Amino acid sequence: MSNLESKKIVISERRKFLSLMAQSVGLSALGGMVWTGYLQEAKSAPLILRPPGARAESEFIRMCIKCGQCVSACPYNTLSLAKPGDHKPMGTPFYIPRQMPCYMCTDIPCVPVCPTGALDKKSVSSQIEGVETLDITKAKMGLAVVDTESCIAFWGIQCDACYRACPVMDSAIKLEYRRNPRTGKHAFLIPIVNSETCTGCGLCERACVTEKAAIHVLPLELAKGSIGGHYIRGWDKADEKRLEGISTDVTTHTKRSEKSATDYLNSGEEMFK
Amino acid sequence: MKYWILKHRFLLMRRMTQLGILALYIAGNSYGFHLLMGNLSSSLVMKHIPLADPFAVLQIFAAGTILGLDVLIGAIIVVIFYLIVGGRAFCSWVCPMNMVTDMANWTRKVLYLEKIERKVWLGRNVRYWVLGLSLILSALSGVAAFEMVSPISMLHRGIIFGMGMGFAAVLCIFLFDLFAVKNGWCGHICPLGGFYALLGRMSMIRVKHNQASCTLCMKCKDICPEKQVLSIIGKESGAIVSGECTNCGRCIEVCEDDALAFGVRNYISSASEK
Ligand code: SF4
Ligand code: SF4
Ligand code: SF4
Ligand code: SF4
Ligand code: SF4
Repeated sequence: MSNLESKKIVISERRKFLSLMAQSVGLSALGGMVWTGYLQEAKSAPLILRPPGARAESEFIRMCIKCGQCVSACPYNTLSLAKPGDHKPMGTPFYIPRQMPCYMCTDIPCVPVCPTGALDKKSVSSQIEGVETLDITKAKMGLAVVDTESCIAFWGIQCDACYRACPVMDSAIKLEYRRNPRTGKHAFLIPIVNSETCTGCGLCERACVTEKAAIHVLPLELAKGSIGGHYIRGWDKADEKRLEGISTDVTTHTKRSEKSATDYLNSGEEMFK
Repeated sequence: MKYWILKHRFLLMRRMTQLGILALYIAGNSYGFHLLMGNLSSSLVMKHIPLADPFAVLQIFAAGTILGLDVLIGAIIVVIFYLIVGGRAFCSWVCPMNMVTDMANWTRKVLYLEKIERKVWLGRNVRYWVLGLSLILSALSGVAAFEMVSPISMLHRGIIFGMGMGFAAVLCIFLFDLFAVKNGWCGHICPLGGFYALLGRMSMIRVKHNQASCTLCMKCKDICPEKQVLSIIGKESGAIVSGECTNCGRCIEVCEDDALAFGVRNYISSASEK
């Protein structure tokens, strides 16, 4: 700069403007990089439970405007908005079952108040006599998973705290009776979760008697596996139907396989001449 | 005392609206007094009228979602409102961050930090770049980018729903404004302020200058957080048309000569003025 000044080179307005522009572009690029890095970090918080009716996480996080109206609507103070330091996507609603589970209100006050549709009323409604009626049992907030190592029912102690706490009793959790070979005369009362009816409300997790809950709710994407299309239950007529119309030809057709294997192997004769 | 109140009438009114709105939100969300529910991102007035932050809605749109009708109507109501009362009236009459940055400004004055001010290295246009960047990053990342980092949201959400570590971000802004750049956040960086400044270019209620009464004391330029908007002072009469004016009314209060007043902009002549 001083060099320029000493030579009295005049910097035109246009040039000034252009270099200012370039500076801004440079700064934006730098800022944008840091910012993007943070966004990617913040977006990927897989261990988070959302209010009932929440859309799939990637969509939810895009739609939620962070107004907290679901939070204020909940009579049990189940939900809170993520604060800096919670390590969750900033400002979005979540709940921690061990602290306060979702009590599965039949009128689901938290969902219809959502102005953006991040909480989807349709997904927690069923058609009753042709009218769309709120139905909390359709909620899929997560799935309860039992840690068989720390669940005392697997020791043979009769507990069933989670079983009795479950609002979808005897469906989302069933007790399975198994003989206890250690005593020879008692039964294990083993809690088994059914992923079709469990809503992920977390009342079981809250009720669990162990120091850290032996049954805990995980987000569905984390808790559930997926079989893929390859396996078919041969004993199930409906599933077996998937085989209909599928060609049974297992040969892969490539340029080489056009000839039969012997032709193909013998075709190298010229090489030995 | 009476004189003091007269000289701070808009400031007092602004603090009352800023605090009043927060109080109504807190009452609405925690005490069952349902006049105002939600927060500044989106809310419901009297259980029926939706309101939404148009900049947040724009970011969500850039991220690839067209939100429900409620939010769109809410955003349109807010846009129309600020087209009338002045775009950045949001900044000086509603935004709680304004209280923080005004406090930094005041502390600056008390500590005479003004006197040792270095050259300002931050341009007033940075906010528009940050605004553009917010939209681009929203589109690229699929989430409302500024909403994920906004210290303004952290502040109002924090006051209404619980603060957590959010106070650290607010403290950063305070210290930045206090020691680094005068009016650094609100006057240079904040993209929400930038958004409302763009809206304010067309807004109706403006500060008007009467050159004939101006004695060139420059008290208005001294107090204004956006000095560059006062370029017509002492030169010509007319409205302060720049959208960056926050309609805070401080210049009107400090003017001893009645050379400034709120007024309704005359669109036809102001077009020829500019
Ligand atoms: S269903 Fe009821 S308890 Fe559960 S989050 Fe909604 S309002 Fe709260
Ligand atoms: S009501 Fe909807 S938009 Fe508002 S915080 Fe809850 S989920 Fe997000
Ligand atoms: S989370 Fe637990 S209590 Fe709730 S439905 Fe599932 S099994 Fe029942
Ligand atoms: S510039 Fe931003 S932080 Fe400052 S008052 Fe306006 S909206 Fe609030
Ligand atoms: S011109 Fe007046 S009203 Fe506008 S920002 Fe400056 S002091 Fe406030």
